[in-house]
Amino acid sequence: MGWNGKILRVNLTEGTVKSEPLNMDWAQKYLGLRGLASKYLIEEIDPKVDALGPDNKLIFATGPLTGTAASTGGRYSVVTKGALTNAIACSNSGGYFGAEFKFAGWDMMIVEGKAPKPVYISIIDDKCEIRDAADIWGKSVWDTDEWIKKRHQDPMMHIAAIGVAGENQVLYSCIVNDLHRAAGRSGVGAVMGSKNLKAVAVRGTGGVKVKDGMRFMKATREAKKVLQENAVTGAGLPAYGTQVLMNVINEAGAMPTRNSRDVQFENAHDISAEAMATPRKTDGKPNLLTNQACFGCTIACGRISKIDETHFTIQNKPQYMHASGGLEYEAAWALGSNTGVDDLEALTYVNFICNEQGLDPISFGATVSAAMELYELGLINQETTGGIDLKFGSAEALVKCVELTGKAEGFGKELGLGSLRLCTKYGRPELSMSVKGQEFPAYDSRGIQGMGLTYATSNRGACHLRSYTVSSEILGIPEKTDPLTTDGKPALVKAFQDATAAVDSTGLCIFTTFGWTLNDIAPQVDAACTGEWSPERLLETGERIWNMERVFNNKAGFTAKDDSLPARLVSEPAKTGPAQGLVNGLAKMLPEYYALRGWTNDGVPTNETLSRLEL
Amino acid sequence: MHKALVIDPGKCTGCKQCEMACSYVKTGEFNVSKSRIRVFDFHTEARFVPYTCTQCAEAWCQQACPVNAITTNADGVKVVNDNLCVGCKVCTIACPFGTVNYNAETKKVIKCDLCLGSPACAEACPTSAITFQDSEQAGFDKMKLWATQAAHAATHEGPNAPVAKG
Repeated sequence: MGWNGKILRVNLTEGTVKSEPLNMDWAQKYLGLRGLASKYLIEEIDPKVDALGPDNKLIFATGPLTGTAASTGGRYSVVTKGALTNAIACSNSGGYFGAEFKFAGWDMMIVEGKAPKPVYISIIDDKCEIRDAADIWGKSVWDTDEWIKKRHQDPMMHIAAIGVAGENQVLYSCIVNDLHRAAGRSGVGAVMGSKNLKAVAVRGTGGVKVKDGMRFMKATREAKKVLQENAVTGAGLPAYGTQVLMNVINEAGAMPTRNSRDVQFENAHDISAEAMATPRKTDGKPNLLTNQACFGCTIACGRISKIDETHFTIQNKPQYMHASGGLEYEAAWALGSNTGVDDLEALTYVNFICNEQGLDPISFGATVSAAMELYELGLINQETTGGIDLKFGSAEALVKCVELTGKAEGFGKELGLGSLRLCTKYGRPELSMSVKGQEFPAYDSRGIQGMGLTYATSNRGACHLRSYTVSSEILGIPEKTDPLTTDGKPALVKAFQDATAAVDSTGLCIFTTFGWTLNDIAPQVDAACTGEWSPERLLETGERIWNMERVFNNKAGFTAKDDSLPARLVSEPAKTGPAQGLVNGLAKMLPEYYALRGWTNDGVPTNETLSRLEL
Repeated sequence: MHKALVIDPGKCTGCKQCEMACSYVKTGEFNVSKSRIRVFDFHTEARFVPYTCTQCAEAWCQQACPVNAITTNADGVKVVNDNLCVGCKVCTIACPFGTVNYNAETKKVIKCDLCLGSPACAEACPTSAITFQDSEQAGFDKMKLWATQAAHAATHEGPNAPVAKG
């Protein structure tokens, strides 16, 4: 119960489709999504495999609460070896695709090999087919979505696709479902592109059963009430989206600005949630039209925006003059503060293009930002950029970059490598604000110390969604800690990492944890799933998943040396704000973290730790 | 007093909690394709619209049914009697709104019956986009909204101010 008990195995090289029973022993140890799919991946691939070669596998996985009435119970994850990082990758997405996949009767799909020519996979309940994608190869995510629905004469299908960025194997390309929800990070789209797989289209008409319906409905009702009464999930996120953070983080002096040279952006207010909701001077209408929920979500933080029709970015481009996915905080920061661009309409346009072409806006924005610094330093010039005047703060330059990157044209081809490879090419790898090749998200670790350890030790490269200590250090959830000190942070990071790995494996959204603890989540899992699920068991499951991912990365060639931050964060003090004069204290935190984890000084889990976690 | 589902698309976020609650009550599992209420996504217009049976007073489905399987209960709700329904689907053609549909598994038609007094969709809706109200007062919230605007105009622009624009 909770799980359907069935997985699909699609071999694109051989053109075969097979149904297999789900390994229920693994489901009991690793739940679903991130944990379960990582277990399958690790059992089935060599950690040293070429991420973009046919021997890498791409797994789409739901969890036991996906497709149920639990709030936010609509998530799925894509698990593979990441193209950007060469580490284990797990990118989680909302929208409606995950629930539809579950309704089709499956828990997971493992995609193997490489199709000889472009294909897409259609799954209509128990019928799965590999179909020709010649007509959609080269098309955008949005056009692909429309084409597939027309082809199958079924507007109720839900589609996860790559755009041209994934086809061109842009190293931070993503998989976009339902037009603007994305399995965004680590280059999972490039892996899909390397397999000649354009899209997965799903239609499911079956139901999801839970273990104890009455108890499940009671548990989910109570948990929804907690979300509704919480200030962040009940008021802040629905009204302002994640963009509620823009002014907060800026005031905390933790807003990476101009490639992390500054920690506060002077024009943050112009690209904030408040700015999105304010009527524009030009046409009297606000950028933000409404909020939107993903499947089953009672928070509804999604932004739906419409660009000013007179704005330079969409002149003579009617295809962008309608509502679509607007700016979330990460995108607004990466495309805005981090490049110094304060033009809200331009940022919205660039975000539309990221959705349409399948680019991760965090890594894209951060790569443009690094390129802007290289340009300022004279390491690249207009000859390199193909005539783009790549100055910090230039909306025109940012727009040209996004239009070239997905298509891998001109300088866009270099931007598509990501910041680490780009900066290395021009002799300054330390200017890439990344860990394990993946760019930082929107929190400067000088102003929020715990995030430095979070980034350095994240198994998928720099990421805020592996342990969001911002919650404790800035927002005071579940309890307030001082963002400017390293004291207690190793334990905080470990606790967040383990809990997050568990939540990521249920089918719920991590944003629920602004309101929920594992004490709210466990009763829902327990009522839905075979087995007994206590908060303690969930936490242990999370710790097991974290260590399993770590072992994979170690075997893939990562060592303690890779648990590091760029020199800027540990040697150049913050210039302004509450953290003025501070650098990140990673060196103080890391040994304590390894000890708490039960790892050697070299960051390797000891045999004792592994056997305690039944690994 | 008859009660009716009152739907305000302006409040809907597209979360489909209503569809899950409906399918759970009717089938014992979560299956949105069997839900009697459906949310439609008008993506480019940023609109989500829940839609279901309005329990017509003179119901076309009922009049079209050749075996009298659709009856009206004391609350004015049109109820499909599964033991009588022969699955001919004529009612699905007759209904001008498309809110009666065929279920291939049970070989019967399905439609909203207001959960016979306590609709699960309205209870599950997190934003009150779906409420269950006295059918004679279903327009009350909208009337009040316009009245509020008129009151505001009168306060700020004098008693003869035109009623505010929508």
